[in-house]
Amino acid sequence: MNNKPRIGVYVCHCGANIAKTVDVEAVSEFASHLPYVKVARNYAYMCSDPGQLLIREDIKNEGLTRVVVASCSPRMHELTFRKTLAAAGLNPYYLEMANIREHCSWVHTDRDEATAKAKRLVYSAVAKARLLEPLTEKEVEVEPSALIVGGGIAGIQAALDIAAAGFKVYMVEKTTSVGGKMSQLDKTFPTLDCSACILTPKMVDVASHPNIELMTYSKVEDISGYVGNFDVKVRKKARYVDMDKCTGCGACAEECRLRGTIPNDYDMGLGKRGAIYLPFPQAVPAKYTIDPDRCLMLTRGKCGKGPKCVEACAVGAVNFEQEDEIVEFKVGTVIIATGYEIFDASKKPEYGYGQYPNVINGLELERLVAASGPTGGEIVIGKGDKAMVPKEVAFISCVGSRDDSVDKPYCSRVCCMYSAKLAHLILEKLPEANVRIYYMDVRAFGKGYEEFYDRVRREGVHYIRGNPSEIFKRGDKLVVKAEDTLAGRPLEDEVDLVVLAVGLEPRQDAREIIDILKLSQSADGFYMEAHPKLAPVDTATDGVYLAGCAQGPKDIPDTVAQAKGAAASALILLSSGQVKVQAQISIVDESTCRGCGFCVEICPYGAIELVEINRMGNMAQVARVNEALCKGCGACAAGCLSGSIQQRSFKDQQILPQIAVLGAMK
Amino acid sequence: MSEQFEPNVVAFLCNWCTYAGADLAGTSRMHYEPNVNIIRVMCSGRVNPLFVVNALQQGADSVLVSGCHPGDCHYMEGNYYARRRFTLMKELLDYVGVDPQRFHMSWVSASEGNKWKDVVGEVVKETKEVGSFEQFQRDKINW
Repeated sequence: MNNKPRIGVYVCHCGANIAKTVDVEAVSEFASHLPYVKVARNYAYMCSDPGQLLIREDIKNEGLTRVVVASCSPRMHELTFRKTLAAAGLNPYYLEMANIREHCSWVHTDRDEATAKAKRLVYSAVAKARLLEPLTEKEVEVEPSALIVGGGIAGIQAALDIAAAGFKVYMVEKTTSVGGKMSQLDKTFPTLDCSACILTPKMVDVASHPNIELMTYSKVEDISGYVGNFDVKVRKKARYVDMDKCTGCGACAEECRLRGTIPNDYDMGLGKRGAIYLPFPQAVPAKYTIDPDRCLMLTRGKCGKGPKCVEACAVGAVNFEQEDEIVEFKVGTVIIATGYEIFDASKKPEYGYGQYPNVINGLELERLVAASGPTGGEIVIGKGDKAMVPKEVAFISCVGSRDDSVDKPYCSRVCCMYSAKLAHLILEKLPEANVRIYYMDVRAFGKGYEEFYDRVRREGVHYIRGNPSEIFKRGDKLVVKAEDTLAGRPLEDEVDLVVLAVGLEPRQDAREIIDILKLSQSADGFYMEAHPKLAPVDTATDGVYLAGCAQGPKDIPDTVAQAKGAAASALILLSSGQVKVQAQISIVDESTCRGCGFCVEICPYGAIELVEINRMGNMAQVARVNEALCKGCGACAAGCLSGSIQQRSFKDQQILPQIAVLGAMK
Repeated sequence: MSEQFEPNVVAFLCNWCTYAGADLAGTSRMHYEPNVNIIRVMCSGRVNPLFVVNALQQGADSVLVSGCHPGDCHYMEGNYYARRRFTLMKELLDYVGVDPQRFHMSWVSASEGNKWKDVVGEVVKETKEVGSFEQFQRDKINW
């Protein structure tokens, strides 16, 4: 190093926050004698304009090449001071900070001890600063398109917003139609809007928007690349129906030999469909699909004298030869809106779900009360002779929520309100019914929710505080055994229908996306946001955002709000067209790397690969870092046997002097 | 060792969890011993086991490595590497005759200012029990 570094040290008083416990004069005096230090000053507020001016002036007048600021946490003001350096024409990465506030003046009371510690921290920063290197923040181009995984209300809203801003959107939905769970709901709380009435126009918009390419019955197989440049591979499963030809007339389904024999998932298995089907009348796209696991032609190769759907189809859309199609494209950003599943109530065997036909879950009741449902909106349990219109109805809330016994400690946020809504709908259809809700606490937190809760109580829904212990059969009736904890009285309540207000849980296939994108999960299993408060739609992977219940249980307003937030975040990337990538990333010394590949295995981001280079006439394998993929964790640097791969700004030769200084300063 | 002995602890903290947790301890004005000197790294996975040996050589009486809770790593897997490396490291130190109380690992999240305070208290207390470390020491700073 020919040019000796010229270091400036700036000790901040932070008003009295630091100066009260740390002798800032003594610290700057101490610093002025350290090797390579040209200037050491202290000032009331380094982050203020005059404070920053002090640094800029010194850089110009004293020819400083490194700056050490001893003040608050770098997590607070590192960026501020980097900008100060840049403004004075110095590389912003020539800055090192000593945290003498959060880690010193605020946590120690003895002035001498605190001052001594501040000196140690400043010395350590000076030791590192001497060896800092200039770094540049590279910019990469952003592909002007977005991938949205999941076609529920979250995905739909995000897609519409991004498309409206003029960017291309690819939406991938696993099932045959967009709409998600919201399309299964009858009414929505607390306004009692008809779910289909507010959702279906948006579903149609998604399908018809010129900027949106909708891929239903499709699955994301792989996403590689990095922020701004993701390569996506999607498998479009064979529908055995030509999407271009199918008019959605339904003649095929009328003729299917299996018509009315296969439980329809959309109706929670309460309704039946054929092997060629449209899950529900408003499905988008309104194209039929053949169920490959049930269709006689596809499972046995034979369907009577010939498949009737083929005969029935006037446009010749049915095609048993169709195969899965792999589609590949590039996007700049990804939004994960894969939604949730409902808790499987059979994991609480004491409630008899799956054992008694008149114990059902909330979503099943939703289908029963829906006019488009299997009973045409009549609340009837069972079929034929056994059909029964319930008179005594009990709801049980928090089934699979706030329950450590099934590993679901969290609140699902919607069950209190959907129970209230369903109770209201029952009373609307069966005014003679008696409805009670067994609850732990009623959480009516949203806009208009408490009012709705009041309303259903006024309508006669009876709230009983107590978590039932058991449900069993007595004659034709079900008995709910509970304790009314407010009255302090045990109950045995005979009812006709029990509705379990099941909670929301992460999708069973949540892992697939995690493996593809390396997202993390929070303790509850939902995808984890980058910060629970300040980055609720971001993930730890740059350019990947979360929307809706994939991130945690949410009601529809919150889901839509978050989807709009995710869309806005994605649009920041898309509209700026360029993105800065981390500068403090790893770098390989190709002259010493022996190509063992340890770092390649260690890297959690797949950012390192082995390449062949010509090293002084010999071909050699060396590691190479993809600068756009590297996130700068430094795990590779700690694992490298020869020290050939190093993390910029955290190199061995930058950290070791810090260790030496701190070790020596007893 | 006399009661006056004040140990020198070098601590490597990851930027995202423990460093932030230590910041929170500061913001919450919790009070703890001034013996722990913090070196910030982006991830506990960056901490080369040699850093620990080096710190002991350079005069530290004990070393602490602290990162995000397993499963919460900002870089997904970095703290798993740290956990594996330092579990092995601890045994190695024991093997070469270094008291296990001279090496500490902890997981402190950004919301656990209180835990950071406790970790510091514990590390300082344990280091005081084993006293000054001189086995590895070099005479002077050599940079």
